[in-house]
Amino acid sequence: MALISLKNVQYIYMEKTPLEREAIKDISLDIGKGESIGIIGKTGSGKSTLIQLISGLLYPTQGEIFIKDRDIKKWNSKELCKIIGIVFQYPEYQFFAETVFEEVAFGPRNVGIPDEELENCVREALTTVGLSYEEIKDRSPFNLSGGEKRRLAIASILAMNPEVLILDEPTANLDPKGKVEIMNYINKWVQSRNKTLILVSHDLDEIIRTVKRVIVLKEGKIIFDGPIEKLFLNYEKIEEAELELPEILKLRKVLEDKGYPLEGAFTVHEIVERIVAFKEHISIWKS
Amino acid sequence: MIQLRNVSYVYHEGTTQEKVALKDVNIEIPSPSFLAIIGANGSGKSTFARLLNGLLIPTHGDVIVDGLNSKDFENLWEIRKKVGLVFQNPDNQIIGMTVEEDVAFGCENLGLPPKEIEERIDFALKSVGMEEYRKYPPHLLSGGQKQRIAIAGILAMLPKYIVLDEPTTMLDPKGRKEIMGVVKKLYKEEKTSIILITHHMEEVVWADRIAVFNKGEIVLEGSPKEIFMKDEKLEEWGLSVPLVTKLSKCLVERGFKIPHPILTIEELSTWL
Amino acid sequence: MEVLKTFPLGQYIPGNSLLHGISAKAKIIVSFWLIIIIFLLKLNFYSYLLFFFLILLGILLSSLPINYFVRSLKPVYFLVLFTFIIHFFFGEEGGRVYFRYGIIHITDNGIKMALFMSLRLIYLVLITSLLTLTTSVLELAQAIEDLLKPLNFVKFPVHEFSMMMTIAIRFVPTLLEETDKIIKAQKARGAEFGKGNLISQAKSLLPIIIPLFINAFRRANELAEAMEARCYRGAKGRTRYRVSRWTIKDLVFLTIGILYPILLLVFF
Repeated sequence: MALISLKNVQYIYMEKTPLEREAIKDISLDIGKGESIGIIGKTGSGKSTLIQLISGLLYPTQGEIFIKDRDIKKWNSKELCKIIGIVFQYPEYQFFAETVFEEVAFGPRNVGIPDEELENCVREALTTVGLSYEEIKDRSPFNLSGGEKRRLAIASILAMNPEVLILDEPTANLDPKGKVEIMNYINKWVQSRNKTLILVSHDLDEIIRTVKRVIVLKEGKIIFDGPIEKLFLNYEKIEEAELELPEILKLRKVLEDKGYPLEGAFTVHEIVERIVAFKEHISIWKS
Repeated sequence: MIQLRNVSYVYHEGTTQEKVALKDVNIEIPSPSFLAIIGANGSGKSTFARLLNGLLIPTHGDVIVDGLNSKDFENLWEIRKKVGLVFQNPDNQIIGMTVEEDVAFGCENLGLPPKEIEERIDFALKSVGMEEYRKYPPHLLSGGQKQRIAIAGILAMLPKYIVLDEPTTMLDPKGRKEIMGVVKKLYKEEKTSIILITHHMEEVVWADRIAVFNKGEIVLEGSPKEIFMKDEKLEEWGLSVPLVTKLSKCLVERGFKIPHPILTIEELSTWL
Repeated sequence: MEVLKTFPLGQYIPGNSLLHGISAKAKIIVSFWLIIIIFLLKLNFYSYLLFFFLILLGILLSSLPINYFVRSLKPVYFLVLFTFIIHFFFGEEGGRVYFRYGIIHITDNGIKMALFMSLRLIYLVLITSLLTLTTSVLELAQAIEDLLKPLNFVKFPVHEFSMMMTIAIRFVPTLLEETDKIIKAQKARGAEFGKGNLISQAKSLLPIIIPLFINAFRRANELAEAMEARCYRGAKGRTRYRVSRWTIKDLVFLTIGILYPILLLVFF
């Protein structure tokens, strides 16, 4: 049983108007429990429509979506929130509460978590993203630093303890250190609880470091769906999707052109080891 | 030349919310030159940008643009004419309802005759490669295109210096590339002085000089090579070095005879 | 979300017709003049018919399909019907009486009034549609600034007023898009809108309204900075890139638009 299943899904914006636009064309897809999936594609390829469909914020024009084998349209929206949590791009622009506590408690309260459990729930969510509950709970969400705001926004979704976490560009606008920190917190939460992760990002280096399976979208269609190693076996699909190669692969490509065997190397460390091994191999062979 | 002498800036001075954004900053920016400013979120980079064109006036110290001190209210107009500022969010700096209206905005403020405005729009749109979009409403453009319009709007005022405050942060990789292409071209062909504020390390390798900000102070200044030598320090300040620099460092440590640091992939490939 | 970006501003349909090419100032003046005339028009068949010819001429000159105008009447169908019924059954006494029961009465005068009052409404809508369908919001805003310029003498901040209008209009698509995003984000946190009694309904809107306001202020702040950075300091010393000058076409349009209705008033 797949956790999420899309069958021939199509989505059209502003149907039957002159502005009609087909954002998703005939997508079929299964997502199982505990998977970590990256969705990539250039701006306008349908990524954001796809994740909104999966979270039930949009209903397909054609085709069906099943969450735990039940049609998504039949799910009560609050029940669905407990299964699928979605963090939009720049989530700090949705803050509204007076205190950090109230901001995080909003979701859990809406989905019916009793008041006596709220404190624990909020504390846990804040701790997960590295914020100290006691220090921060009474502060205004608007007076935090940029990185703290982003972590708070993510905590406000984690507090609902969803089974699937969908993140749309979670590290956009952060400095290099902030990016790494946030992804570490998220990975820890996902792995320790065996959650399903769907990551949408333009930063392919981040995708490589985080997920096992990638879905490449182009003009509303899936042009690749499979293990990340397979996507980067050749560079064709990346080029077809009109994406920039991640830095690490640009590096690898240049070195491969120079004759170094680097297939399957995805980190600087792996590349160095391969180069060293190759050089040694050559020198032994020469002597 | 823009000179900053012992510049400090304090937000909400004398209140409980007092926050020191810049502490005793000294720097000289000759013209033409390409200066990159890097630093983690909250290191004072944006405050620095706003001091350069008189949007903010230093709490202590002086900002002097070609001999004009920004403390003197009379000078602000001249300073802003010389120092153009491009902001991070392309949506919030576009005023016009069509591309050409927007590019014209600054020129209209300068009181130029329509004929000259027309010529300047032609020039500015051409420089950023957006000639075909002259009559477009900006909200139909992509992020990168909007940001190019914002640059064109500044360019049309023919400033001597252009300050770009994290211009690519909100863009996708394609938009980022477009903007960096424009910035490099302006520096090389138009001889406009560029002050680029960013935390994308790949963007700063083209600069003549880099200044690193940390907690409101300039902690390091030098050429890109000099800066990227200090990778451990940079990480301490919440920054990173490009992957290719990391790789070259590892290779040097493993006994490879290549120079360190290497800043671009092209450079690496000539050595291996 | 993305779709809102292509959302048309106002009713404006771009085109190259004669009417599109007339200066917005002339169109505004004539529209206002015609609206005044409608209320002065004598209540007889000929003046209404001849007035309609003028509107028809406008429609032809706009080269727009007739159904755009039919559609523009949609919001007022009910009002027209209501006006008609009121006058028809409860209208003025006078002339021949066809029917009378209690307060209901159908008379000659009533029928006449029902017809003319409904036509008045329809004409009003058609005239404003002719203006807004062929003139972009930007042109309108600038024309209004030009036309209001004399008010500068009584210290009315004409430039600021028109700048405010332009910016407000410019941000409509941005704010629409943002509202959509916020609604979705709060829904994803289990929020429900429009349920329960009035107070809880209003309360449930806070998670949308508060961020919307805060973001609008943030945008306003950034926009103000961007304007200042581009040397903006109000109308002082400012020139305009697009200067609209009166052309022969505009003058002919203006003359016909003003004289024809006067002739109608005089002769019918």
